[in-house]
Amino acid sequence: MSTQKTSITFSRRSFMKTSSLAGGGLIIGFNLFNACKPNAKPPIDLAKLNYNDFNAFIKIADNGAVTIFSPNPEVGQGVKTSMPMIIAEELDVAWKDVYVKQGVLDTNNYTRQVAGGSQSIRFGWDALRETGATARQMLINAAAARWGVDPSECTTSEGVISNAAGETLSYGEVVNEAANLEIPEDVTLKEIKDYKIIGSDITNVDIDKIIKGENLYGLDYKAKGMLIACVMRPPAFGQKLESFDDADVKAVDGVTEVLRFGDKIAVLGKDTWSAMKGKKALKAEWKTDTKLESTEDHDKLLLGLLDGNKFETLREDGDIKKAFAQADKVLERTYESPFLPHNCLEPMNFYANVTPDKIHLVGPIQTPEGTAKHIAEVLERDFEDVHLEMTRIGGGFGRRLYGDFAVEAAEISNKAKKPVKVVFTREDDMADGIYRPAIKYRIKAAVKDGKITGYHLKEAAINSNMYGLIPNFFPAGAIENYQVDVAKYQSNITTGAWRAPYTNFLAFAEQSFFDELAEMMEVDKIQLRLDLLAKVKGTTDERIQYSPERMEKVIKTAVEKSGWGTKPEGVYQGFVNYYCHNSHVAEVADVVLENGNPVVKKITCVVDCGIVINPLGALNQIEGGVIDGIGHSMYGDFEFKNGVPQATNFDKYRLIRMKEAPIVETHLMKNEFSPTGLGEPTLPPAGGAIANAFKAATGKRLYKQPFSNYPELLKGPEKEIIG
Amino acid sequence: MPTYQLNINGESRSVEVSEDTPLMWVLRDNLNLVGTKYGCGIAVCGSCTVHLDGIAVRSCALTMAQVEGKSITTIEGLSEDGTHPVQEAWKEVDVPQCGYCQAGQIMTASAFLKNNPNPTEDEIKDAMQGNICRCASYTRIYKAVEIAANKLA
Repeated sequence: MSTQKTSITFSRRSFMKTSSLAGGGLIIGFNLFNACKPNAKPPIDLAKLNYNDFNAFIKIADNGAVTIFSPNPEVGQGVKTSMPMIIAEELDVAWKDVYVKQGVLDTNNYTRQVAGGSQSIRFGWDALRETGATARQMLINAAAARWGVDPSECTTSEGVISNAAGETLSYGEVVNEAANLEIPEDVTLKEIKDYKIIGSDITNVDIDKIIKGENLYGLDYKAKGMLIACVMRPPAFGQKLESFDDADVKAVDGVTEVLRFGDKIAVLGKDTWSAMKGKKALKAEWKTDTKLESTEDHDKLLLGLLDGNKFETLREDGDIKKAFAQADKVLERTYESPFLPHNCLEPMNFYANVTPDKIHLVGPIQTPEGTAKHIAEVLERDFEDVHLEMTRIGGGFGRRLYGDFAVEAAEISNKAKKPVKVVFTREDDMADGIYRPAIKYRIKAAVKDGKITGYHLKEAAINSNMYGLIPNFFPAGAIENYQVDVAKYQSNITTGAWRAPYTNFLAFAEQSFFDELAEMMEVDKIQLRLDLLAKVKGTTDERIQYSPERMEKVIKTAVEKSGWGTKPEGVYQGFVNYYCHNSHVAEVADVVLENGNPVVKKITCVVDCGIVINPLGALNQIEGGVIDGIGHSMYGDFEFKNGVPQATNFDKYRLIRMKEAPIVETHLMKNEFSPTGLGEPTLPPAGGAIANAFKAATGKRLYKQPFSNYPELLKGPEKEIIG
Repeated sequence: MPTYQLNINGESRSVEVSEDTPLMWVLRDNLNLVGTKYGCGIAVCGSCTVHLDGIAVRSCALTMAQVEGKSITTIEGLSEDGTHPVQEAWKEVDVPQCGYCQAGQIMTASAFLKNNPNPTEDEIKDAMQGNICRCASYTRIYKAVEIAANKLA
C-alpha cells in the first residue's frame, strides 16, 4: 500500500463497537445507515450498547478468515457483493478470504435496512470504508504493540501486517489483542490509485447457489408445521366482501382451513397446490364500495386535470406567462403512460409464525424495518416481539417496498395460530398489485429570437405526484422562465414506486419534447441540449440536482462512442441524456427497418456514476436497466375495466424477451467522484432513445406508451407473444 | 391419494399426491427440490423448466401421469457439483441479477445445446425466447449460451 494516505477524522466514531468472539477472533459492529446521516449524533452511552444495536458486522476469525455480514436486502442489484467489497478494500484483505453472509438472523433491533432509490452504495460509501479502515487500524495497533514499534511504521497487504524490520504478522495472529483495543479516533483511507478490490470484476457472491438451484428465496423457505395460504382478495378495486361459500373448498385434498380476515379470505393447505386449488373452489359475493374505475375514466380525468387549473407549483422561475405571451413560436405536447405492474418473477410471498412470545417473519422484503413495525401495529404487539429474516429476493422493482403480503401472513398466522406462508399466484401478483400509477405530462415551450425562453411542465397523475427533487433536474436552471406544476386524482387503485418512479416515463416525455423542439427551431438536437447545459454552468442555485459539466461530458462521450451522425444509410439514431438517482446517463438507440418495422439493434449507453465499485455487476445493472426500459416502453400495458385489471398473467401481459433485446454497449466515465446508484438510472432514458430513433426511421413521433399500441409501427411477428 | 414412482435425477422417488398436482409443485413441496421455480403456472415464463427424457419441458404444466416412468432431470441433478459446462459458463459470465429465473434458463440452454452443440445466433435466440428474465439479463444469457456451446463443441 502507498505511504501517501488520506487521513480522515470521522465524527461518527461512536457508531462502532468491537468485541472478542467467544471462540476466538474479533467482531466489529456498526450502524451503516445511522452513520450515513450527515448530522447523526452519537448514542448517549456507547458502553451500554449491545450487538443488537448494530445492523452490520465484520467478523475476523483467529485463522484470519473474514466474514462480512451484509445488511441490505439483495433484490438483484448486487449490494450483497459490492457493499462487502468496499469494507474488504479498506480492511486490506484478499477477496478470496472473504465470506459474505446476509445479515444476522433473529434480531429485534435489525434496523435501517432498505433497498430502494438506488441509494445503498451512495449512502454506504463513507461508512463502509470507515468501518474497514477502522478494523485495519486496530489490527495494526495490536501488531505494533506486540513489536513495540509505532503503528505508523507498519503496512498491510492482503491480511498481513509488516513492520520496517521486515517482520510480519497475519490478521488472525493479532485479532484477539485487537479486539480489546480502543477504537481509533481517526483512520486512514486508501487512495483510489491503491484500490485492489474496488474497480475489479467480482462475481456475484451467491453465484454457486443460484446455478445449482439451492434454497435461497422466500418461496423456497420452509418451516416445521408450515401451512401455505392462498388469499382471495376483492376482484375489483372498489369492492368489498359480502359473503363467501367454502362448501367446495373443504372437499379439496390437503386444505386444512378457510378463514376470513377483513375483506379477504385465506385458504390454508398443507402444500401450495392444495391451497391454490382450494382457493379456486371458493365462491364469494362482492359488493361495490367505491367507484369501479376504468382506463377510459382515468384518461378523461387526467386530461381534464391537465386542461384545468388545480395545480400545485413545485418550482417557479421567472414568469412563464410573459414568456409565452412574447414568444415567436410555441410548442405544446401531451404524453401519456399506463399503469404498470412490477411482475417480479418470484411472486409475492412471506412466512409468519405468530406466537404469544414472538412474531417470526421470513421472506423477501425491500423494507424490513418498516414492515416489521407495521406488523407490530396491526397485531397490537411490541416491536421487540418481531423477528424478521430476509431471504434473497427474486426481483423487487419497488413492489417489495410494500409489505402488504407480509402483513397478510402475520394476520393469517395470528388467526390460525399456525406457521403460515402466504403465496401469491401469478394472477394474484398481477391483479392485486401496487402499480406504477398512470401519468400524463403536458410540456409547453416558448421560443423567441431563436432561444428557448419559457418551459412549462405539467403533471397529472393517479394518487401521487413527482418527488420534490425532480423539478430541479435538467432543464431546470437552463431556461429563464420555468415552471413545474402537478395535479393528482385520488383513485382506489393501489399505486406506488416502480423502478425509477416518475422519471421512468418523464424522461421519455421530456427527451422526445427536446427533439421536437429542436426540429421546430431548426437547430441540431445535441447542440440544443449542450446550449441549455452551458447556461447552468457556474449556477449558484443550490436546488439544481445535476452537474452540467458531468452531463456535458456524458453527452460528448455518447456522441463519439455511438458514431452519432456517421451511421450508414438505413441506421436511424435517437438520443437521450438524463439525470436521476444521482447519476448522469446518455443513451443512443440504433434502429433499422425490417419489413417496414423499426427494430432496435443497439443501445450505446454512457454512464457517470462516479467511482465504480464492481464493473462486472455495474454492467449487468446497466444492461438490465436499458433492456427493462425498452421492454416496458414497447410492451408494458395495463388496463382496468370496472376496477378489474385486464391482464393477470404473462400470456396477456408482454414482457421483453431475448429476441427483442438489443446489444448494449456501455461506457463508464472514469473519475473520482463518490459512487452513486445504478439500479435505476439507465432505465428512464431507454424509452426516449428508441422513440427518437423511431421518429428518425419512420417520421412518426410517439406520445403514448406502450409503443406497441401504434399498429403502424409494429406489424407482423414483433407483436407475437411466445410462451 | 394415489402414489407415483418418479425417476428424478437418477433416483427413484415415491410421492403420494392428487393426480392433478403439477410436477413443479411435487418437486418443490414434496421432494424439496426448490431450484425449479414457480413463475407463471401456465407454461409461458420458463422458470420451471426441467428435462423430461432429455427434452426441456415446463414442469408447471405436467401431471404425474405424464411424467411417471420417464427420466426427469432438475437443476439439482444437472451436475453433481455445479460444473456442467452451461453452469460454468453462467458463472464465467456472471449472468444473474436477482437470479430467480436462472435455473430455468440453464435447463433450457443445456437441453438445447445437447441437441445442437453448434448453434447460430438465431438458433440460440429461438431456443431461449421462451424464458423470461424480469431483470433483463438477456445479453449475458446469450453470451453464456455461446460460451457453453464452445465448451461443449
